[in-house]
Amino acid sequence: MQPRSLMRCIIALFALLSSGTLPVRAEEAREMTVSAAMSLKTVLEDLGRRYQERGNAPRIIFNFGASGDLAAQIAAGAPVDVFVSAAPEDMDRLESAGLVQKGTRRDIASNTVVLIVPARSKASITAFSGLARPEVRWIALGDPRTSPAGRYADDVIRHAGIRELIQDRIVYAGNVRQILDYVARGEVDAGIVYGTDALSRRKDVSVVATAPAGSHPAVVYPIAMLKGARSETAAQDLISFLVSRTASGIFRQYGFSVPAP
Amino acid sequence: MTSAALAGECYRMIDGAILHSLSLSVQVAAVSTVLIVIAGTAASYLLARRDFRGREVLDMLLTLPLVLPPTVTGYYLIVLFGRNGVIGKALYAWTGWTILFTWQAAVLASFVVALPLMIKTTRAAIESIDRTLLDASSTLGHSELWTACKVTLPLAKRGIIAGAVLSFARAMGEFGATLMVAGNIPGRTDTMPLAIYSAASSGDRSQANAMVLIFTVLSGFFLYAANRLSRRTA
Repeated sequence: MQPRSLMRCIIALFALLSSGTLPVRAEEAREMTVSAAMSLKTVLEDLGRRYQERGNAPRIIFNFGASGDLAAQIAAGAPVDVFVSAAPEDMDRLESAGLVQKGTRRDIASNTVVLIVPARSKASITAFSGLARPEVRWIALGDPRTSPAGRYADDVIRHAGIRELIQDRIVYAGNVRQILDYVARGEVDAGIVYGTDALSRRKDVSVVATAPAGSHPAVVYPIAMLKGARSETAAQDLISFLVSRTASGIFRQYGFSVPAP
Repeated sequence: MTSAALAGECYRMIDGAILHSLSLSVQVAAVSTVLIVIAGTAASYLLARRDFRGREVLDMLLTLPLVLPPTVTGYYLIVLFGRNGVIGKALYAWTGWTILFTWQAAVLASFVVALPLMIKTTRAAIESIDRTLLDASSTLGHSELWTACKVTLPLAKRGIIAGAVLSFARAMGEFGATLMVAGNIPGRTDTMPLAIYSAASSGDRSQANAMVLIFTVLSGFFLYAANRLSRRTA
């Protein structure tokens, strides 16, 4: 291709790709940024769509990531209106730093911790203690230093008394989706994730055990409005929507449980 | 930060885990740089001196990891080299060994991500050699291999050395693809960038600060060295 026509191609491609996003800037004032734990991605996107369908709602911009990273962003001054964490600790940290609006914190959902294996796995793991069996080579977990999913998994394997036995088999994945992918591809023999995450890949991974209630602190998702929210009314309205009966029904559809009001 | 505090931080960083991460990073970067110099020089020579169909496509494919998000590169590597991947499956059936979650996987990720820097620099260096010198060599009856080893590569030395140092620095800093194919296994595959990520996102500020400082100084040194070497030698 001639350099000139190649250049034209690049400009045309650029114009085409950017055309979809440019008009958004005009509505910037009517936006609300919600930082939320990665494990809530699918359900919150669904709920966000329903919330906006009610009309007159500000546009919701979701920022999904590991709760620890999101809390660090907020502590560093990121312009976020509402925060949904996968663990109380990260919210506690922001609260004690005075970054959370008093009286806005609620628990919106809770989850389970499960042991998964590849769907076509031949290994006969049926309980957390099965991770200590000799045929298990790799176990994918979240990093307990950085992710709540990792801390819960660590609690569960300590409770099962197998922490030392499986020490050499642990691979810390970057996030829960990565654990799911390793297990689905059969790159590892087992993984520990949230019940809802396992549900999202039920064709590729099998849940073989659910962690008993006393083996880890309850997995609850606290939500709160942050100091400096652009519109306090709008943020409060979104939080009320997410704890409403309608939203609770949706959370249950995605496999979460909803705490009693 | 006062210099006393700085010294304190540096002292704190001489702790076993950090030292391990640092030496692992150097080991991974060194091994991948050796492979990069061999493969990169050969590929650059072909790209610069031979005219074949699909030459620019090959250059594009080898350079792609420079601009692809590391997670995309990592994803390709899992699909290719995983226990159930295209190449990995055959390797597993043959040897019973899988590269995933080993330090060799970190070498693989660094190799793929840093190779483009070697190729870009070396190809440019070979292409800038005065053609008449190479023609003279063949007129004198030397084979292409002799000319390549005794004329072309010595004349392109500056580019090759600069490319190698740049690749080494890039390999040291590899994070995204490494996290995906090598995992983050304490004491085994936790290279410096992974250890920094863990420390920073778990709120261990002083450890993160110490590692970040050391890493920045080291990488800066290699960049400076790459510049100096590409000017001075030859």
